[in-house]
Amino acid sequence: MKKGLIQDAELVSNYIKGDENSLSLLIQRHKQKIYSFIYSKVYDRDITEDVFQDTFIKVIRTLKLGKYNEEGKFLPWVMRIAHNLVIDHFRKNSRMPKFDNTGEFSIFSVLSDSSLNAEKTIIKNQVESDVRRIIEELPADQKQVLMMRMYQDMSFKEISERTGVSINTALGRMRYALINMRKVIDQNNIVLTN
Amino acid sequence: MAKIYSETTPKNVNLKPKDETISFLLNYSKALSVINYNKLKFEALLN
Repeated sequence: MKKGLIQDAELVSNYIKGDENSLSLLIQRHKQKIYSFIYSKVYDRDITEDVFQDTFIKVIRTLKLGKYNEEGKFLPWVMRIAHNLVIDHFRKNSRMPKFDNTGEFSIFSVLSDSSLNAEKTIIKNQVESDVRRIIEELPADQKQVLMMRMYQDMSFKEISERTGVSINTALGRMRYALINMRKVIDQNNIVLTN
Repeated sequence: MAKIYSETTPKNVNLKPKDETISFLLNYSKALSVINYNKLKFEALLN
């Protein structure tokens, strides 16, 4: 039988049965597509190599553990794994910036631009205006306590003195203000994250 | 659409994984054995 004629599904099933050579054929057959796919996302040879390796480690483990189901095709499944790992890579990198080991010192590795970019500024403004609109919906007593606490940074003791209610009442109003705001946010499916 | 001239797409790159990576994977596959015990599955790397 010619090697090229064996379908992926058959190679996968042979591999699960213990034929290690099938894995080699599968890797040889698809390595370029998968590698190029990863490279097109990360644009770095070393990272591509890592992600490629992690992809196949996952493939091997899944196949050996018998968790692979034959519903889809092999290549799209591997591509999906690679895609997820690329996303993981970018997530990890945004939390922990890469150390660029080129031997040159880069000032940008210790400096960060803390100012918001245009998109984030717009989102921030939207979130703030949404929050203000929700606060406007609150009953007057709750709104008063919340404004004093959050925007004027007053303590509950000061709030109770200013409004002439006990500290416990002020705390209660704050609590209900937050509960009511959450309710409005849930009811209207408002997204307040950036 | 405006063309962006500042970024050139890398061409003529040999987009293939290194042979070491492939051989690592094949060795990993050979070394990994899954032991079934009742309904549990254990992974063992036997190098």
